[in-house]
Amino acid sequence: MNRIRRSMLFIPGNNPGMVQNGDVFDSDALIFDLEDSVALEEKDAARELVKQALETFEFNAELIVRLSPLDSPFFEADIEALKKLPINMILLPKASVEGVKVLEKQLRGTNINIMVLIESALGVEKVFDILSTSERCLGLMLGGEDLCVDLNCKRTKSGQELLYARMRVVNAAKALNKFCIDTPFTDVNDEEGLQKDAEFAKALGFDGKAAINPRQIITINKVFSPSEHDIKHSLRILEARDIATKEGKGVFAIDGKMVDLPIIKRAEYIIEVAKKLKLVSDNDED
Amino acid sequence: MKINGYKENFELFTSVDLHKTSKLIYPNKNNLSKDKYRDSLDKLLDELPLKDGMTISFHHHLRNGDYVLNMVMEKIAQRNIHDITIFASSLFPCHKPIVDLIEKGIVTRIYAAYISGPVAEAISFGKLEKVCVMHTHGGRVRLVESGDVKIDLAFIASPTCDKLGNISGKHGKSACGSLGYAVTDAQYAEIAVAITDNYVDHIDEYEIEGRYIDYIVSVPSIGDPKGIVSGTTQITRNPIGLKIARLAADVIRYSGYFRNGFSFQTGAGGASLAVSYYLKQIMREHQIKGSFASGGITGYIVEMLEAGLFDKLYDVQCFDLEAVRSIRENKNHIAISASKYANINDDAIVNDLDFVILGATEIDLDFNVNVTTSSTGIIMGGSGGHADTASGSKVTIIVSPLFNARIPLIKERVLCRTTPGESVDVLVTERGIAVNPKRTDLLENFKRTNLPIVSIEELKEITDKYLGVPEEIALGDKVVAVIEYRDGTVIDMLRQKLNR
Repeated sequence: MNRIRRSMLFIPGNNPGMVQNGDVFDSDALIFDLEDSVALEEKDAARELVKQALETFEFNAELIVRLSPLDSPFFEADIEALKKLPINMILLPKASVEGVKVLEKQLRGTNINIMVLIESALGVEKVFDILSTSERCLGLMLGGEDLCVDLNCKRTKSGQELLYARMRVVNAAKALNKFCIDTPFTDVNDEEGLQKDAEFAKALGFDGKAAINPRQIITINKVFSPSEHDIKHSLRILEARDIATKEGKGVFAIDGKMVDLPIIKRAEYIIEVAKKLKLVSDNDED
Repeated sequence: MKINGYKENFELFTSVDLHKTSKLIYPNKNNLSKDKYRDSLDKLLDELPLKDGMTISFHHHLRNGDYVLNMVMEKIAQRNIHDITIFASSLFPCHKPIVDLIEKGIVTRIYAAYISGPVAEAISFGKLEKVCVMHTHGGRVRLVESGDVKIDLAFIASPTCDKLGNISGKHGKSACGSLGYAVTDAQYAEIAVAITDNYVDHIDEYEIEGRYIDYIVSVPSIGDPKGIVSGTTQITRNPIGLKIARLAADVIRYSGYFRNGFSFQTGAGGASLAVSYYLKQIMREHQIKGSFASGGITGYIVEMLEAGLFDKLYDVQCFDLEAVRSIRENKNHIAISASKYANINDDAIVNDLDFVILGATEIDLDFNVNVTTSSTGIIMGGSGGHADTASGSKVTIIVSPLFNARIPLIKERVLCRTTPGESVDVLVTERGIAVNPKRTDLLENFKRTNLPIVSIEELKEITDKYLGVPEEIALGDKVVAVIEYRDGTVIDMLRQKLNR
């Protein structure tokens, strides 16, 4: 099964304390940022700090670096430094088909994959093409803030302005069997708002959500983990399936409802995720 | 070994099995005089038999807002008295003027459970002529009732005092709530003076009985109530502190001792407070109600009392004005003396504790904890109730980040042993939880959980990988402070700091 990517925490590349402690908040992935959260005069310092940290420390999380945009004067230096680092993915901001092509070329000979940041109106319209440009491109993140600037609309807590973009990128990602991560919730002191926003994203099909503060991780992880109820129900389905198989029955019912293949597949997936998250042990299935 | 100003026949600490003193002194004062009032401190001091070598006591309920200690010591200095021992329950940065008196030989010895600020620095650099004795909150009572310390004069900052000398901390413009640390001073001092800025005819409810008080003096102000709030009574927003707090709350939950009627104590630091925040959620979720919370009390613990999560609060000291309000209004918020709180010769509250959450500046591989000095050997605190509660509580939990910038928490050996590792059960850090190997019961219970249990050696390895191993701090030969365990045995001696 693919990696679990419930949460991805942005860490400003020029903040030593956060870089040092990035791994302690149980975020499934860390995104060391060389782009928006780093001031122009700090770009080289951030690049150096991230390089040193990744070469020195061992991290448990999936490691991603967001580099400077293709058309910026820092792109070349960023990519040169990143190519040699033990990272899993590069997050390409303001992604386009051309951008992915350039990055793909640069990454030849490395094991580094690409994640695209969809944050423009054109990017949303072209998302299927962008994701299909390269085998290395494993998934996407939606960037709501920049997108709203492009759409000339206000970013709201309800996120209604992002509805179309969210649905479109999820559909494209799922059509290509790639992952999709929702835009961050920017009010770091509104836990309830974060929970609602994450629940809505999960309901649309997102695999996880970006975080801009470590305090957001717990809520995000909880929302994107299978619930206790889901786990129990899935275990019952799999148990019933095993009995039905033994008895040679093709079809069976639970609580009066027919259980067919898609339901079994979903139950299998939930239990697989739950096991990976240690929410259920191997014995629980017996 | 001879230490200047310390008893000669002292015993060294060997284990947490307490050495109890067989002969205790009991208070027998009964001053019923109606002529206790003096209208100025000067007039009173002219009357008192002041002499060189006296021991003068103070309490610290006004914390960093206290005016009384400086006020009294300034007058004593003016009277050309020397070689004074200050027996204060704690000293804070506001007591900076004492440094000058130390340098002039007016103050030559200090007893306290906690010292921070300029006085602590002066002691660390060897300026005090004799030794500084750092005891625990419970140990302070033991010092007096065992006769190790005889208080000649006690000056008791009194938020409200009536004509008979009855004292209440709950009322008045300088109200500080409980007066737990001052009770011993009143009961045992040769002469006890109430210094008040709210002198009234009569009060019905008081923490200190008038018969122990010999004189009463009115002054314009005994302290700044803002100083009572120690500044660390807000729940931390630091994500690392929050993670540690969450893990600590889970340690409580899965320890096997989390059940209806459990008892709990936590400090006023941001991370300790955050433990209460998460504990509150877990208590609600599992419908568990506690019997009592104790110690220094903050507004946050008051909220838990008011929400019905605890039946009672036993309060030896109020950490903020919310706690002061509550102790005045709520009959289940009960003021207790330092003796009732933590004295080994009393039926102390700490012995009924299930859980205590404590901090650490250093901890070593045997779980010994230092909260007395910084990692460079300068005094910046002290036990307070640390060693007392660790000894009494069923589960003692230390919460601390594994490192603070480049300073590691875990050392091969702590620079100063405040609390013995024998009485410390769990260390919770952001990168894992270490359990004292002797607590096999806890280890067994945690096996069935997702808690990140590791050994303390593994945590040290992680630290060393990040920070390297710091060089040892070089200290001089002179013993500047003796660290007493709660039973009066010497658990450590702190040597002079030579340079910055």
